[in-house]
Amino acid sequence: MKELLILAVVTFFTLVTYYLVEPFAHSQMHKHFESDGFAYKDLPAVTKKGDASRGKDLVSACIGCHGIEVAGFQAPMDAVSAAATFGVNPPDLSNAGVVFDEKFLANLIKNPAHALMVEHKFDPAKGQMHPMSEYYATGDDKEQEVADIVAYLRSIAVKQEELTPKMAFETACGRCHAVNYGNWTQIGEKPKFKKKQDELAFETQLLDYQDYLAKYMGTLPPDLSMYIRSRGEHYIETFIENPQNYLKGTAMPRVGVSAESAEKVIEHLKDVGDSKRHERETVGKYVMIYMLIFAIFAILWKKEVWRDLH
Amino acid sequence: MAHFTKAKSLHDWLNQRLAIDTLRRVLATEYWIPKNINFLWAMGMVLAITFALLLVSGIFLLMYYQPNVDLAFDSVNYTIMQEVGYGWLWRHIHGVAASVVFLIIYIHMFTGIYYGSYKKGREMIWISGMLLFVAFSAEAFSGYMLPWGQMSYWAGMVITNLFSMGGLQLDGLVEWIRGDYIPAQAFLNRFFMLHVLLIPLAIIGLIVLHFGALRIPHVNNQDGEEIDFEAEAAKYKAGNKKESKVIAFVNDFMSKDMMVVSIYLIFFFYLVFYHYDFAMDPVNFDPADGLKTPTHIYPEWYFLWSYEILRPFSTNVGLIAFAFAQVIFFLLPFLDRSPNAVPASRRGLFKYWFWAMLIDMIILTGMGKLPPEGIFSTIGLYAALLFIGLWIVLPFITKFEKKV
Ligand code: HEC
Ligand code: HEC
Ligand code: HEM
Repeated sequence: MKELLILAVVTFFTLVTYYLVEPFAHSQMHKHFESDGFAYKDLPAVTKKGDASRGKDLVSACIGCHGIEVAGFQAPMDAVSAAATFGVNPPDLSNAGVVFDEKFLANLIKNPAHALMVEHKFDPAKGQMHPMSEYYATGDDKEQEVADIVAYLRSIAVKQEELTPKMAFETACGRCHAVNYGNWTQIGEKPKFKKKQDELAFETQLLDYQDYLAKYMGTLPPDLSMYIRSRGEHYIETFIENPQNYLKGTAMPRVGVSAESAEKVIEHLKDVGDSKRHERETVGKYVMIYMLIFAIFAILWKKEVWRDLH
Repeated sequence: MAHFTKAKSLHDWLNQRLAIDTLRRVLATEYWIPKNINFLWAMGMVLAITFALLLVSGIFLLMYYQPNVDLAFDSVNYTIMQEVGYGWLWRHIHGVAASVVFLIIYIHMFTGIYYGSYKKGREMIWISGMLLFVAFSAEAFSGYMLPWGQMSYWAGMVITNLFSMGGLQLDGLVEWIRGDYIPAQAFLNRFFMLHVLLIPLAIIGLIVLHFGALRIPHVNNQDGEEIDFEAEAAKYKAGNKKESKVIAFVNDFMSKDMMVVSIYLIFFFYLVFYHYDFAMDPVNFDPADGLKTPTHIYPEWYFLWSYEILRPFSTNVGLIAFAFAQVIFFLLPFLDRSPNAVPASRRGLFKYWFWAMLIDMIILTGMGKLPPEGIFSTIGLYAALLFIGLWIVLPFITKFEKKV
């Protein structure tokens, strides 16, 4: 009985200390935001029903800057030249329809700087134009045309369940963030080189790209390899939903992924930064079972030995 | 030369040469432990087991770790955590054990303080224990440098900088410790050496000393009762195990130790698999960057109380208070002037001193992590003053304690 009381006292003080240095300290040191479920409430809803077949023609307005590989449009420029022109390589739009939220896409096409939440950097009144130009309607129903483009992009994209975490990441974040542990650079996956010259040429291109990107962003976006451990799931999720919450004035745009794709992006960051998590679960279960059995035997042994002692 | 006969068995052969029977008797079967003890007396064994876990997991980590500023971070976070089979397991065991060992050390220390186990011949146990505490602190700090993350770098910067602060002005010493003007390759290399060789050696030596210091005074017991070990041992050996106030270290005490250890290990492995985050600061998963100071720099939780004694004062006073906090526990056996080696509950004012000290150190720990602003800073200041005050009054309140 007395031992249980002592255990209760020890446990109590241990938990108080834990509470102070972990949950309490973190609540005081870090801002906390809850997710809105990627609803993008500040953006107006799409009122028109899009028609993919009309959209197919209208995307000609996009392919001057973007590739759409599934539709047979190669990117007009290689990544480095694109970065030289725009500061960053515009992503291939093959899967844009599934990665990005539908409402977000429509708003992005109409007013990129607003949807991306980078109006503090791009103010047309001061001549600071966003490198992605606003869409100019060919006819007189802009709303309808935008809805058509979005419908088209959704029709060519892979289905939600076919979208892998890696694809989601590459489309949404890959043009800005390298992920060394996933062998990803901003200009694509790093190949295996047979010749040193090829490797150096690739490195040179990458460095050029990163220079343009750093100039465009004001800073080189960080390598996200270990961000699942350094920032954690909740932070990343709420950060990409609205980067301005945490880092006021940051150059990182609101990327506008859908809720499902955000999950996939995070899944990918787990795959590169915490790849042994499934193994940890299974091994953990077995070790816990083993320790329980060990404890039972240890308790029985003690009882056996102490039977003679009191 | 001693007389050797032809051995009748391997046991006999060894016994003639190593006296294993005598050793076994002196160190195990006739090493007497009081019967009247609770699970807190198993904390020593829990510590020994945790140290073993640290040693074994550390050896595995050492096979892939690279002590190089360009490679260290990736060798830990990529090679060990993701490429090498079960590398993640060894790292999480090592990280969690490094944190939990301090929890157990603090429980072990406060057990000693509560039961007065540092007095009446047990001073060397206490002093060797404090040396272990210092050695473990150095081990933990040096180990924290090795992943070369943001916290490694900046904690290394801030702590070594202490010597150049205020009236100390020992910039030469700071450079000497770092081997450079800033923490860089030379710094990482020497902390690597300290962490994997010199300090572990010192720890092993100190554990031997600590165990040796226990052998003659024997451990204390729950009621601070003075036991005539010879007489009680005679009873035990005569078969009166029930009446005897002592038990043998092996198997009697060991079986209870193992029971506690087994329950502890359930808790430990629960942390390793399901709750390891508390032991590995998230900030340290960002690679070291000398140009980007983290928003909050704080040491690991077990150093927070002494860090908080440094912070709330002006530089010079803070340094003195900090130095005071580092050494004062060594002096406990001599500052406690009372002859009573009984539980604090029976010791008049010391009872309040004990709980005040415990709670004060927990408050200091809590405040040590928070940014030093507003109310937290004020609480920290008063807690630090209380800490110093408690040590100043200790000799007086114990001097006038009634003999029980
Ligand atoms: C003048 C060149 C240009 C044109 C035309 C253009 N874009 Fe872009 N687009 C860009 C650039 C540059 C970016 C990258 C902006 C950044 O990351 O700051 C971009 C980004 C995007 C993104 C990713 C946004 C995000 O949230 O990450 C999508 C989706 C997109 N464009 C769709 C389109 C569509 C659809 C069209 C045609 C209606 C189009 N773009 C026309 C240059 C262009
Ligand atoms: C157009 C470029 C761009 C894109 C696309 C982009 N980011 Fe970023 N990101 C940045 C920049 C620039 C920073 C640095 C922000 C700063 O320090 O102000 C950043 C920072 C971050 C951070 C660190 C925030 C912190 O607290 O330090 C995270 C996490 C992050 N991005 C995640 C993502 C994810 C996930 C995606 C894809 C869904 C993504 N980013 C897409 C440019 C981008
Ligand atoms: C970290 C490594 C340490 C190890 C492996 C260790 C191990 C042990 C062991 C096995 C015992 C005997 C059983 C028990 O009473 O728990 C013991 C007793 C003791 N230790 Fe430690 N110890 C360590 C650190 C410390 C520290 C930091 C202190 C405090 C300064 C300390 C003070 C004591 C005291 C006072 C006793 C005697 C308890 C009594 O007589 O009742 N030890 N230690």
